[in-house]
Amino acid sequence: MNWLLVLPVILPFTFAAVTLQFRNDFRQQQNLSILGALLHCGACLYLLVYVRQNGMAVTQIGNWTAPFGITLVADHLSIIMVAVTGILNLSVTFYSKAEINPNLLKAGYHPLMHILIGGVCGAFLTGDLFNLYVWFEVMLMASFGLLVLGQKKQQFDGGVKYVMINLFATLLFITGLGLLYGLTGTLNMADLHLKVQEVTDKGLLTAIAAIFMVAFGIKSGMFPLFFWLPASYHTPPVAISAIFAGLLTKVGVYALIRMFSLVFTFDVAYTHGILLIAAILTMITGVLGAAAFNEFRRILSFHIISQVGYMVMGLALFTPLALTGSVFYILHHMIVKANLFLISGVTGKSGGSFELAKLGGFYRSSGFLAILFFIPAFSLAGFPPLSGFWAKMILIRAGLEIQSYAVAATAAVVGLLTVYSMTKIWGEAFWKPKPEATNVEINDKGETTGFWMFLPIIILATLTIIIGLVPEPFLKMAEQAAIELLDPNIYVKAMLGEI
Amino acid sequence: METVLSILCGILAAASIYLMLAGNLIRFIFGLVLASNAVNLLIFISGRLSIFHPPLIPEGRAISEMPMANALPQALILTAIVIGFALLTFVFILFYRAYETLGTIDTKAMRFAEPVEKKDVSDTNAMEGNRL
Repeated sequence: MNWLLVLPVILPFTFAAVTLQFRNDFRQQQNLSILGALLHCGACLYLLVYVRQNGMAVTQIGNWTAPFGITLVADHLSIIMVAVTGILNLSVTFYSKAEINPNLLKAGYHPLMHILIGGVCGAFLTGDLFNLYVWFEVMLMASFGLLVLGQKKQQFDGGVKYVMINLFATLLFITGLGLLYGLTGTLNMADLHLKVQEVTDKGLLTAIAAIFMVAFGIKSGMFPLFFWLPASYHTPPVAISAIFAGLLTKVGVYALIRMFSLVFTFDVAYTHGILLIAAILTMITGVLGAAAFNEFRRILSFHIISQVGYMVMGLALFTPLALTGSVFYILHHMIVKANLFLISGVTGKSGGSFELAKLGGFYRSSGFLAILFFIPAFSLAGFPPLSGFWAKMILIRAGLEIQSYAVAATAAVVGLLTVYSMTKIWGEAFWKPKPEATNVEINDKGETTGFWMFLPIIILATLTIIIGLVPEPFLKMAEQAAIELLDPNIYVKAMLGEI
Repeated sequence: METVLSILCGILAAASIYLMLAGNLIRFIFGLVLASNAVNLLIFISGRLSIFHPPLIPEGRAISEMPMANALPQALILTAIVIGFALLTFVFILFYRAYETLGTIDTKAMRFAEPVEKKDVSDTNAMEGNRL
């Protein structure tokens, strides 16, 4: 058994238990939580290095051989996701030291956060479909708790909608899973890849594929299934919405990529055709929705949707370059999006509001913060030489390569519209002078914009610049992930051994 | 037998969707209960039902020579029931707390997170909704 693969899952759960023991000693709990996040991040990054050097890593839990037991698999896609999860977890844990107040700590912020991270990592690493369902549930359970932490009116409102639709999506997922099991008699993903080819009634399989598409589509916030996302993501405390924005929809995208590259590839023209149309509409509606709003976090929430469109577009085009772009886009997006939410927290805290109309003057009062916002915002919009530029360029090139001019054009136009939203935030919150008539008391600056708030933002902004200036190693990684996705035999061989 | 259960499964699913779309939190919970039962039943059927092939292996043998019923779906359902039960408990508490805080169980009246846009920016409701 390879313990390296188990660590990213088991460490957060251990620390969830440990931090729960210290629920009355906030200082200790926070320090332990940071220690846990550091160890987890270290384990994730080490696993990344390990897989880069030794290729795909597989471990059978309890030494039950592959199609029967639960298998953990770390291919390049999984490992990129896990590594970024580790980094985001660390950053948000730093940030929560500044933001999360004793009330939220008492309600169990740290244990829930660790459980969420454990669930997300489990979902990325598992090679078994039913196990994926279980990790989804673990993750959902923790996210339900986190979303209503603080018990504000709008949190309950957003929380109820989030819970409703996500439970429904989970039920759809397990419906598809049951039908697929009835048809193939296996739940191991590699085994599924082989058994699906033996199924004669492809029509039934296509129907099951559609169920999975809807289930994961809801999770990832695709058109027209995204309405729960902008209804809930702007309601919880900033640290929580940052980790949601960075991770949760991406678990849905990951599951989509996994299933539609490994199992449902028998009728690419049909299934991936639907995905492509959905992706285009997702991009457009997301970016237009963002243009309509004037609240910092709601704009960002809508941008998550439009960005999910790019990722699914890469999957739908289903060429090596497109999948490379998709993976690279996820890598870039998770970092940038979480960072933008964290920055919205800083401006929200010292400006007293998330409404753009009530913010202003940050360019004058805090030039450093303005630069820190500039980096992820214009990376999101796709300005060179930041990480988003490469991500968008690869995807657009992939579209042009197979003469999907409409898709490529949409991607480019949506990028342009993203600039509109970002300049709106820039102009309103940073450039325009601070509005005079604010009846919101402005917090003391020294107290609110502390070291722990800026540290994670600086870390993530630096990563964005590094990915932008030195894209080569990250591209290599994404390319390797795409190669593995397009040739499922690598995955099957690693999991089931020689056939 | 499988046909009858399939039809039952379909009826349960249809009823659950009707209840879930009713726009009322209490009805949604009932819909959810029905839906999870429908799904569990579906997994149960997907393991194929048969009373003639018990999954029992005769003594002294490693594998059965006869075709036998698949026992795995039962294990899957058990997991699904346990998880579903936990989720249901949470949903009950969440909806009750939401009712206490928001004062309504009508989903159409729940516009606190996404207040209806008004021209006046200093609308107190919107402000309360967006303060830290």
